Amino acid sequence: MSEAERTRGLGVSEYETVEAIKGPLLFVRGVSGVAFDEIVEVELQNGEKRRGRVLDVGNEVAVVQVFEGTTGITTVGTKVRFLGQTLELPVSEDMLGRIFNGLGDPIDGGPPIVAEEKRDINGEPLNPSARTYPEDFIQTGVSAIDGMNTLVRGQKLPLFSGSGLPHNVLAAQIARQATVRGEQEEFAVVFAAIGIKHDEALFFKKFFEETGAISKVAMFLNLANEPAMIRLVTPRVALTLAEYLAYERDMHVLAIITDMTNYAEALREISAAREEVPGRQGYPGYMYSDLATIYERAGRAHGKKGSITQMPILTMPNDDITHPIPDLTGYITEGQIVLDRSLYNRGIYPPINVLMSLSRLMKEGIGEGKTRADHANVSDQLYSAYSRAQELRSLATIIGEESLSAVDKKYLRFAEAFERRFLSQGVNENRSIEETLDIAWEVLSILPERELTNIKPEFIKKYYKARG
Amino acid sequence: MGVVGKIVRISGPLVIADGMTGAQMYEMVEVGEDRLIGEINRIEGDRAYIQVYESTTGVKPGEPVYGTGYPLSVELGPGLLTQIYDGIQRPLELIKSKTGSIFVKRGVKVDPLPREKKWHFKPVDGLRKGDKLEPGALLGTVQETPLIEHRVLLPPNVKGKLVELASEGDYTIEDTIAVVEEEGEKKEVKLYHRWPARIPRPFRDKLEPTEPLLTGLRIIDTLFPMAKGGTGAIPGGFGTGKTVTLHGLAQWSAARVVIYIGCGERGNEMTEVLERFPKYKDPWTGRPLMERTILIANTSNMPVAAREASIYVGITMAEYYRDQGYDVLLVADSTSRWAEALREIAGRLEEMPAEEGYPSYLASRLAEFYERAGRVVAQGTPERIGSVTVAGAVSPPGGDFTEPVTSHTKRFIRVFWALDTALAYSRHYPAINWIISYSAYAETVKEWWHKNVSPEWYDLRTEAMNILLREDEVKEIVRLVGTEGLSEPDKLVLLTARLLKDGFLKQNAFDPIDAFSEPVKQFKLLQAMIYFHRNAMKLVQAGKLNVAQIQDGLADEFSELVRARFTVPNDQVEKIDELRERILNKLSQLGGE
Ligand SMILES: Nc1ncnc2c1ncn2[C@@H]1O[C@H](COP(=O)(O)OP(=O)(O)OP(=O)(O)O)[C@@H](O)[C@H]1O
Ligand SMILES: [Mg+2]
Repeated sequence: MSEAERTRGLGVSEYETVEAIKGPLLFVRGVSGVAFDEIVEVELQNGEKRRGRVLDVGNEVAVVQVFEGTTGITTVGTKVRFLGQTLELPVSEDMLGRIFNGLGDPIDGGPPIVAEEKRDINGEPLNPSARTYPEDFIQTGVSAIDGMNTLVRGQKLPLFSGSGLPHNVLAAQIARQATVRGEQEEFAVVFAAIGIKHDEALFFKKFFEETGAISKVAMFLNLANEPAMIRLVTPRVALTLAEYLAYERDMHVLAIITDMTNYAEALREISAAREEVPGRQGYPGYMYSDLATIYERAGRAHGKKGSITQMPILTMPNDDITHPIPDLTGYITEGQIVLDRSLYNRGIYPPINVLMSLSRLMKEGIGEGKTRADHANVSDQLYSAYSRAQELRSLATIIGEESLSAVDKKYLRFAEAFERRFLSQGVNENRSIEETLDIAWEVLSILPERELTNIKPEFIKKYYKARG
Repeated sequence: MGVVGKIVRISGPLVIADGMTGAQMYEMVEVGEDRLIGEINRIEGDRAYIQVYESTTGVKPGEPVYGTGYPLSVELGPGLLTQIYDGIQRPLELIKSKTGSIFVKRGVKVDPLPREKKWHFKPVDGLRKGDKLEPGALLGTVQETPLIEHRVLLPPNVKGKLVELASEGDYTIEDTIAVVEEEGEKKEVKLYHRWPARIPRPFRDKLEPTEPLLTGLRIIDTLFPMAKGGTGAIPGGFGTGKTVTLHGLAQWSAARVVIYIGCGERGNEMTEVLERFPKYKDPWTGRPLMERTILIANTSNMPVAAREASIYVGITMAEYYRDQGYDVLLVADSTSRWAEALREIAGRLEEMPAEEGYPSYLASRLAEFYERAGRVVAQGTPERIGSVTVAGAVSPPGGDFTEPVTSHTKRFIRVFWALDTALAYSRHYPAINWIISYSAYAETVKEWWHKNVSPEWYDLRTEAMNILLREDEVKEIVRLVGTEGLSEPDKLVLLTARLLKDGFLKQNAFDPIDAFSEPVKQFKLLQAMIYFHRNAMKLVQAGKLNVAQIQDGLADEFSELVRARFTVPNDQVEKIDELRERILNKLSQLGGE
């Protein structure tokens, strides 16, 4: 959007009354006619322009959050222009194949975007009575996901990871392999980088280029060295495009957003600057609601062919799942895929801790006609057998493996096979759901038949192959 | 009409306006040129602090605020059932059709109850002109849904001599169906009235809960029962099963009317109910569940102030059906989001925070809410007994039950279904921890079980509880020293506890047979396990058998017993009797008897 277009809106007003500067906030005195959430342009003495938004407005003072930060801003000589509109993104199908900064401006040297429409980046809540329940099975080709934590179209399923774990590789593998069986159409990908390192962004870019997917990907990049306040905008900008593509252009969109931890930290920073009463570990009390306005922008709707499937990535500080960021995320999303350092250290890829992982929308996406009739039973049985095996593993460390009963020893063998055969797979290995379930039966068959109490007898008859 | 003031400040959901002299505390107001709906929650001089139920983006200082003259109220009358409302009783279906959008737009005005629809009203027999009527007097009935006969009552604040009563016929809710006169003043009564959401509706008498509210969930009905008119909380970390359990209660419990409040939770969970309930049958009546259900949805991405209101709107509706003499179940998922909304508003008002930023009145608000549950004798004639049962989810940060919302809630509820992350991780669902959960109604509902199912119920239940408690201790020993030194009776406890856990406590909400367990099936499963335990214990203590022999000898029967929860339907429970006899016979054979 050109500068001229930006300021053409009604009611532009300009002030040079910056009274105070605190962290990323400007306090502007003597304003009138300024709206809550209005978008602002700040012009520094040297002519540099920055953008911001109104967080609080009264008769005397408006509080403005400056996206690019306040470094170098002075109280005298700074012009603050209130632009008479909220932050909007011009959207178009042509944005696929392009790269943007965290505010949605193209940075790839390509032609300007000719907007088909402008949309408020905050979006609006989807009417629950207009939603359609997600139930189309997405085959990711990853056994731990397809078999036990099935992803469906329109779901929001985050990756909970830790620093140094291969979440990017896994997200890329999923993006490459994800298909809805029986449909030709591929996902359009909206990728939002929030405060990640340059090499991580490069990894995704190269990956999309090499797989030829780049023409169906829109990338929004806010990197680690860029202003933190923009991080609060980037996921919203990306999801605004996603909504346009899904609900106006009938596309199935996969939104990958990484790293939400950086987003939450930016939120904490702004809250501290406003001197709000802090909640747990300094994060604001409204972080749940704030995160929800991002994560809830996924789904399907009546009368719309498209959908938004969200895969946010976050790194858990100190691998702690009870930290407010993963905790509040888990309370909003429809499950989580948890990566585990000890599996990773044992050389298992993908190092998915299935017991801590969950897909809440799995049940509607699997079964006869979707995957296979035995799927739900098999998944239940894998869970209960593997969790029993984990208990026995820790018991064995106390009393020694020899003291376990014959059946219990089989559980240990099952767990080994489960991790080496079922969980482990190559980064390019794309397993069909049938392969996944067949491997599951192979490892379950290590256990005596009568241990498989989660499985209906008819499936045991059909698939169980005793292996003593 | 009300006051007109002027906005002086906007900070998120909080708007401050001057020139509001004459406005009342908790009055509903319309804010700004878009006339967004808000509620006054503090007054200082001519300044009013307003929590706004819609997004305040774009609102400016200087815009007007209009008072309405009445507090946040709920429209009560036929047409509530089967609806889905937002937090301030706007029908979401209507918002959708009116705006033609899949999104919830701001400033949309829609009537809570349909104005055009005609209802077939039947006056009660025996009412005469001149009869003296008290509040709550029954005037007639309307078949609201095939499942629920709506009883049209004189509103709580109206009484007097009956001057006119409509004859049988079709009326809209705006038509006058009765006129009463008190001290020369005539009042028209319609099929609906308004009631302030924050004020409990009056009743004549509060009674002790005595009857179980059966839910078909085994661990609840048998171990930690709910009573009609009781209060319960279900706390648990994310993904431990609060929503699935509450959906289960809404779906299977023997309530006549169900109010489901989705308070700050996921949009898709409301959609799930909306899509499923019209298709699923109420197990007690065979009718579509939707005919007894009202949904209230303020999802996590909807404005936070309306989240705070949704709880009151819901409980007011519950009391309204209670007054008609129905057993109502209200489920609130999640009360923590309501408390957080309270905290956010309090923070914006710069009130002094108490624990973890929550306002100091958190506990009293929770108490007031749960206090609105109960079994009561309603006002008016003929005598009606109704109840409101409340079950609220609690979402403690980090799954830590010592946080303020969980710990305060515990003071005001009688049933505590504590969800356990470790159980959930191992997919033991429902992940209700049997060691720390409790119900104050176990004694209360004993009589019902003994009369309707079996006089053995209470003893079997107690034995099961004891086995589970002992297992917990034994497991602790095993963790320290291994299985080596365990006595045979303790080994048997481990074995039976495993049967109980896998075959009784676990219950798959998504299995068509397992999901709903009738009382008799619950009892028979429990009986089979405890009878086995008693007989086996005798043999083990007499040294006739050891537990390893039992385990080997009965392995196939145990598999069968553990599977019975999803292989034996409710109407074939004799199969459990047969299996139990086989187990007991084989056991005595093994023991050489
Ligand atoms: N009784 C049950 N039977 C089968 N699965 C269950 C049962 N209870 C819970 N689950 C599984 O656990 C998942 C999470 O449950 P649920 O959505 O109720 O959690 P929650 O406690 O409400 O979490 P949150 O606080 O995040 O909303 C479900 O999607 C389902 O897969
Ligand atoms: Mg839930």
